[in-house]
Amino acid sequence: MSIEALMGDYTLQIVTLGSAMLGAASGVLGSFAVLRKQGLLGDAVSHAALPGIAFVFLITGVKHTEMLLLGALISGLMGTFVIISIHRYTKIKFDSALALTLSSFFGLGLVLLTYIQRIPNANQAGLENFIFGQASTLLKRDVYTMIVLGSIILLIVGLLWKELKIFSFDPEFAQSIGFSDRKINIILSGITVVAIIIGLQSVGVILMSALLIAPGVAARQWTDKLSVMVILASVFGIISGVLGTAASSLAANMPTGPAIVVVISLIVFFSLFLAPNRGILWRYLKMRRNSREINEDRILVNLYQLALNHDDIYHAHQVAMLTPIEIVEFKAEKNMVKSLHSLAAKGYVRGDYFDTWAITDAGIEQAKRIVVENGGESL
Amino acid sequence: MTPQLEIAITAVIVSSACALLGVFLVLRKMAMMTDAIAHTILLGIVMAFFFTESLNSPFLIIGAAIIGLLTVYLTELLQRTKLMAEDSAIGIVFPFLFSIAIILISRYAANVHLDVDSVLLGELAFVPFDRFIVFGRDIGARAIYIMGTILLIDLLYVALFYKELKLVTFDALLASVLGFSPILIHYSLMGLVSITAVGAFEAVGSILVIAFMVGPPVSAYMLTDKLRNMLIFSILIGLINAIIGYQISVFFDVSIAGSIAAFTGITFLAIFIFAPKRGMVTMIYTRRVQRIDYGVNSLLFHLYNHEDTNMEEEESNINSINQHLHWDKRFLEKILKKVVSSRYVVLSKGYLKLTPEGREHTIKSFK
Repeated sequence: MSIEALMGDYTLQIVTLGSAMLGAASGVLGSFAVLRKQGLLGDAVSHAALPGIAFVFLITGVKHTEMLLLGALISGLMGTFVIISIHRYTKIKFDSALALTLSSFFGLGLVLLTYIQRIPNANQAGLENFIFGQASTLLKRDVYTMIVLGSIILLIVGLLWKELKIFSFDPEFAQSIGFSDRKINIILSGITVVAIIIGLQSVGVILMSALLIAPGVAARQWTDKLSVMVILASVFGIISGVLGTAASSLAANMPTGPAIVVVISLIVFFSLFLAPNRGILWRYLKMRRNSREINEDRILVNLYQLALNHDDIYHAHQVAMLTPIEIVEFKAEKNMVKSLHSLAAKGYVRGDYFDTWAITDAGIEQAKRIVVENGGESL
Repeated sequence: MTPQLEIAITAVIVSSACALLGVFLVLRKMAMMTDAIAHTILLGIVMAFFFTESLNSPFLIIGAAIIGLLTVYLTELLQRTKLMAEDSAIGIVFPFLFSIAIILISRYAANVHLDVDSVLLGELAFVPFDRFIVFGRDIGARAIYIMGTILLIDLLYVALFYKELKLVTFDALLASVLGFSPILIHYSLMGLVSITAVGAFEAVGSILVIAFMVGPPVSAYMLTDKLRNMLIFSILIGLINAIIGYQISVFFDVSIAGSIAAFTGITFLAIFIFAPKRGMVTMIYTRRVQRIDYGVNSLLFHLYNHEDTNMEEEESNINSINQHLHWDKRFLEKILKKVVSSRYVVLSKGYLKLTPEGREHTIKSFK
C-alpha cells in the first residue's frame, strides 16, 4: 500500500485515531507513573489482564470487545490489589511481588486460553492477538470505546490535577494538609488500569508497560514543569502510536505493539542524548567546557608563580615547565598548547620563540584575581 | 522412558535450577531485572539463529547469555545517567530489545520452528519429540540433558561461591572491603540466570520462566530467615509446583507451563495466608491480640495513675473515660468487657475501680 492510499484509507484512519488516543492517555498517566516510580506496576497489571479476557470469553463464548475489556479491567484491578497486599502484609520486596503476580496471572491466562482452544468454537480465533496486539483487527466500535475511555481518563486527570501534582512530588506534605493518600492512589491506579485496557488490542499485554513508561521518561528530559511534561508525553505517545500503526500497516508481518515500542524507544534515546540541560551530550559539552576553564586557570597561575620566582617577570618558559601537576585531563602536551593559545587570544600570555610562553600584565592581574577567588592569598 | 515421565523430569529439573538461582535474585531485588532478561534473551536467540540457521546450536546459549548481560549493563548504564528512576530504566531497555526480537521473528523467521508462540509460551509437551541421539542410539529427550547440565553448573556455582554470594547479597560494602568483587559476583550470577533462562525458554517460554525463578524463593522467604533453609525450601516448593502443576495440566489438557505458573501463584497464596509466623492469618490475629493487650494495659494504667487522687471521680467516669483515653466507644466497650471478665476492674455506680488483682497485674506488667 502506498502512502497516498494510506492517507485515504478509512479503516486506517480509524485505527490511527485509536492509536493516537491510546498514546495520549498512556503518555499522561505514564508521566505520573514515572514520577511516582511505579512504572513497572503497569507491566504487572497488563499481564494480569490476560486471564480476565480469557475468562470472559470462556463464559460468554463470544468475542464482544467491551465485555472482554471489562474482564481485563477486573482481573487487572485484582492483580493490583494482590501486589499491594503482598507489599503491605509481608516483608517481600515490591519487585518480587510484581514479578510473582505478573507471571502467575499470565500463567493462568495461558491455561484458560489453551483450554478455550480445546473447545469447538469458531469465535476463538484472534484472542491471542491480545498478547502482542494487532491494531488492524480494531473495529470502528472498538475505536469509539477507546476514545470514550481515553476522554474519561483525561477528564479525571484534568479535574484532579492539583491533587495528582502534589502527590507526585510530596506525598507526605499532601497527607499532612489533609488529602487522602489512599483515595488518590486508588483513583490513579484505577485510571491507569483503564489506560492499559485501552492499549490491549493494539499493543498487547506484554509491551503495554513500555507505552506507560517511555513517553514519561522522554518528556521528563525536556522540562522541569509537570504541565509541560504531561503534554509532551502525550505528544510523544501520539507520535509513536500513529507511526507504529502506520509501519505495521505498510510492512507485511509487522506486529503493531513492537512497532510502536521501537518508535517510542527511539524517541527516548533521542531525548536522553539531545535534550538541553539534562541530555547526555549537553552534560558532556558542559563538563568539557568546565574542565578547560579550570585547566586554563591553573596554567595561568602556574605561569604567574614561575614569573614571580624569576628575575625577569616576562621571561618565556617552556611548555613542560608550565604543566601543572593537578591538570584535569590527559593528552597533556597537545591540550597545553591549545589552552595556551586560548589564553594568548585573551591577552593573558604571549607566545615566544621555540614554543616558550611568557605572562603579560593583563595575565598577572587575572592570575591574582583567580588566586583570590579560590581562597588563596595574593602572592 | 515414557513421554509423560520425560516431561515431568524436565519440569522438575527446570524448576529446581530456577528456584536455586531465584533465591539470590529475590534477595538482591533483581526480580524484575530477571523478568527483563527472560524477555531479551529472545533477541540473542534470534540473532544466533540467523547466523547458524539451527535451533540446537550452542551459539544460541552463548548469544542469549551475551544479550542477557547486555540487558543488565544497559539498564545500569541508563540508571547511572540519573536521568530516570531504576524501574523506568528496566521498563525502557527490555521492551525495546524484546520488540526488535519479535519484529525479526515475525518478518524473517515466521515459517521456521522459531515462531512467536513457541518462544514466548514454550511447550513442555513437545519435549519428548526432540531426542538426544549419541552414536545412533536414542538416550532420551534432549531437553533433559541440556537442562540437567545447566542445573549441575548452577549447583556447582552456588556450592563453590556460597560464601561470596551470601556476603555480596547481604553486605555488598563489606564484601568489597574484604576483597570480593561484588561486580564479578553480580555479573556471573546474571550470566548464569541468562543461561538458565535460555535452557528453560524452549520448555516453558520466556514469560513463565520468571514464575519459576521468583515464585518458589518468595514462598520460601515467607517461611524462614536463614539462607540455607531458604534455598532448600525454595527447591522443594519448586518441585511441588512442577509436579502438581503438571498433573493439573494433564487433567484439564491445557498448557503445562501455564498451569505450573498458575499453581506457583496458588502455592504462594496459601503460604501468604497460612504461614505459621508471617502469614496473613497469624499477622491479623497477632495484631488484634496486641491491640487488646495494649487497650487493657492503657486502661489499667490510667485507673492506677488516678487512683486515690482528687481527679479520680472525673477520670474514672464510665461515660467520659473514652475521651480521656482518646478512644472511640466501641473500642472502650470491647476493652471493658475484657477487663471486667478477667476481674481486673469492677464497675460501681458508673465509676471504674481497680480490683486488687487488677492492681497487681498493672504493677506486674509495668515491671
